[in-house]
Amino acid sequence: MEIDPFIFRLSIFILSIFIGYYVVWSVTPSLHTPLMSVTNAISSVIIVGAIIAGLAGNSNNDLTISNILGLLAISLAAVNIFGGFLVTQRMLQMYKKKKKDK
Amino acid sequence: MSANLSAIFYLISGVLFILALRGLSSPETSRQGNFFGILGMTIAIIVTFLSIGSFSSGLIYVLIFLLIGGLIGAFIAYKIPMTAMPELVAGFHSLVGLSAVLVAVSAFLNPEAFNLGSPGSIKLASLIEMSIGAAVGAITFSGSIIAFLKLQGIMSGSPITFRGQHLFNALLLISIVALTYLLCSTQSSNFFWMLLAVSFLIGFLLIIPIGGADMPVVISMLNSYSGWAAAGIGFTLENTALIITGALVGSSGAILSYIMCKGMNRSFFNVILGGFGASEQSTSSRDKEHRPVKSGNAEDAAFLMKNASSVIIVPGYGMAVAQAQHALREMVDTLKKNDIKVTYAIHPVAGRMPGHMNVLLAEANVPYDEVFELEEINNDFANADVAFVIGANDVTNPAAKNDPQSPIYGMPVLDVEKCKSVLFVKRSLSPGYAGIDNDLFYKENTLMLFADAKKMTEDITKNL
Repeated sequence: MEIDPFIFRLSIFILSIFIGYYVVWSVTPSLHTPLMSVTNAISSVIIVGAIIAGLAGNSNNDLTISNILGLLAISLAAVNIFGGFLVTQRMLQMYKKKKKDK
Repeated sequence: MSANLSAIFYLISGVLFILALRGLSSPETSRQGNFFGILGMTIAIIVTFLSIGSFSSGLIYVLIFLLIGGLIGAFIAYKIPMTAMPELVAGFHSLVGLSAVLVAVSAFLNPEAFNLGSPGSIKLASLIEMSIGAAVGAITFSGSIIAFLKLQGIMSGSPITFRGQHLFNALLLISIVALTYLLCSTQSSNFFWMLLAVSFLIGFLLIIPIGGADMPVVISMLNSYSGWAAAGIGFTLENTALIITGALVGSSGAILSYIMCKGMNRSFFNVILGGFGASEQSTSSRDKEHRPVKSGNAEDAAFLMKNASSVIIVPGYGMAVAQAQHALREMVDTLKKNDIKVTYAIHPVAGRMPGHMNVLLAEANVPYDEVFELEEINNDFANADVAFVIGANDVTNPAAKNDPQSPIYGMPVLDVEKCKSVLFVKRSLSPGYAGIDNDLFYKENTLMLFADAKKMTEDITKNL
C-alpha cells in the first residue's frame, strides 16, 4: 500500500518540533529578544503562500478577490520579513559593539 | 522549475532557518545566524517565483506590494526605539497571524491555484489544514493586537475579567471544532466565515484578562501560535519550508513561555486564565503606613556607592519606562573609574518580554559579559556592598522565599537583601504589579530613592 504524502509532511513537522526544541534550549537567555524577532521574521516565509495566491492566474487577467487577499498578505509578510530581520540585525549589532569595547 | 526541484530548495531554506536559530546560542555566532535566515528567506521567495513559471499580469502588483511592505518594515526596523521592542514584536506577530488568515481565505476562494481541488469540493485534508491555519492565525492576530494595545498603553494593562469568562471561552473553543466539522462536511463557505469570526473573538478574549507584567508569557505564547499558524498553512500548501519554520517557531515560543512561567513560579494555565493579583490585593496594604522607610537623595546614594568595592545593578521594567539605560551606563562608567566592580543581575521575567533588559543594556553599550542571569549571580549578592535596584520590584521581594502566604511565594527572586546596603530607585512606595508590598523597602539597610529612574541616575553620577 502506498503511503500518503501527508505522512511524510507530518514526519517533517514532528522532527522539526524536536529540532526546534533542542536548538531553542541552547539559545542564550540574553538573546531571547532577538530570538523572538528572528522567529517572527522566518515565520513570515508564509509569504510563499501569499505569492502563489497573488499570482494565481485566471482567464481574463482581472484581479480576483483571492488575488487581492494574496497581495495584501504579501505586504504584511514583507513588513515582517524586512522589519524582523533588520531589527534583529540592529539588536545583534549592539551585542557586537561590546566585544570591540573590551 | 519542477516541483521536486523547488521542494528541495524549500528544504534548504528550512535548514537555513534552523541554522539561523542555532546561531543565537552565542552573541558571536548570532549575526551569522541572522544572515542564514535572510538567505533562507531569499531562496524561498525566489523559488516560489520560479516555480510559478508563467506569470499573469499580476507579477507587477506582487512586486509593488512586496516593495511597499518591505519599505514599511525597513523603516520601522530603523526607527523603533529599543524600549519599544515588546510592542514591536507583538505587532509583528499580529501581521503573521493576519497573513496566515489571508492566505487561507485566498486558498479557500481559489483552491485551483494551490492544487487543492475546486471551490465547493476542496480536498478534505486540505480543508482541515486550512481551517487550523486560519483559526490559529486569527487567534494570533486578535490576541497580538490586544497585547500590542496593552503594551503601548493605549489599553489599560490591568486584567479585564467578567463572570463566566472561562466557560464562555471553552464554549467558543468547542464551537471552533464544531464549525470545522460542519465546514468539512458541507463545504459551505458560511461556516468558514463563522470559524474565522469565532477565532478572532477567542484571541481577543484570551488576552484581555492577562495583566501587564504577564506580558512576557503572552508574547512568547503568541510567538508560538504564529508558528503553528504558519505550519497549518504549510500543510495546506504542501510546503516544507513553511512546515519546518512553523514547527521551529512554534516550539521556540512554547519554550520561551515555559521559561517565563518558571521565572514566575506559575503554571502556564494559571497565567493564561489570568487575573493574577486581583484576589490577593486585600491582604497587602494593611500595615504599610506604619512602617518606617529610610529615604535618601542622590548624594547619599553616591556616597554609599563611592565607598563600595562591588555594586550589583538590578534593572527592571521601570528602567525601560524611564529610558534610563544610557544614564545608568554613564553612572557605571564613573563607578568603574573609581575601581568599583560593577555587574548586572537580570531576572528572567524582568521587563515585558524575554531578554528585554539584555537588549536595553546592550543598546547602552554594556558589555554582555558583565550581565548575568539569576542563577549565575544570585550567590554574589552576599559578597557585594551595594545592590542598585532600578525599576525592579517583585523580582527582589524576599516574601517569595519566606512568606508562604504571599501570592508570589516560591517564585525565584534575586537575593538583593543579602547585600550590605540596598539602593532602591522607585517613583513611590506603591506596590509592584503583583499588588504586594515589598519587605525590602523597610529593611534597615535599604535606602529608598524616590525619583524618576533616569533623573536619579544622572544626579548620582553628578555626585560621584
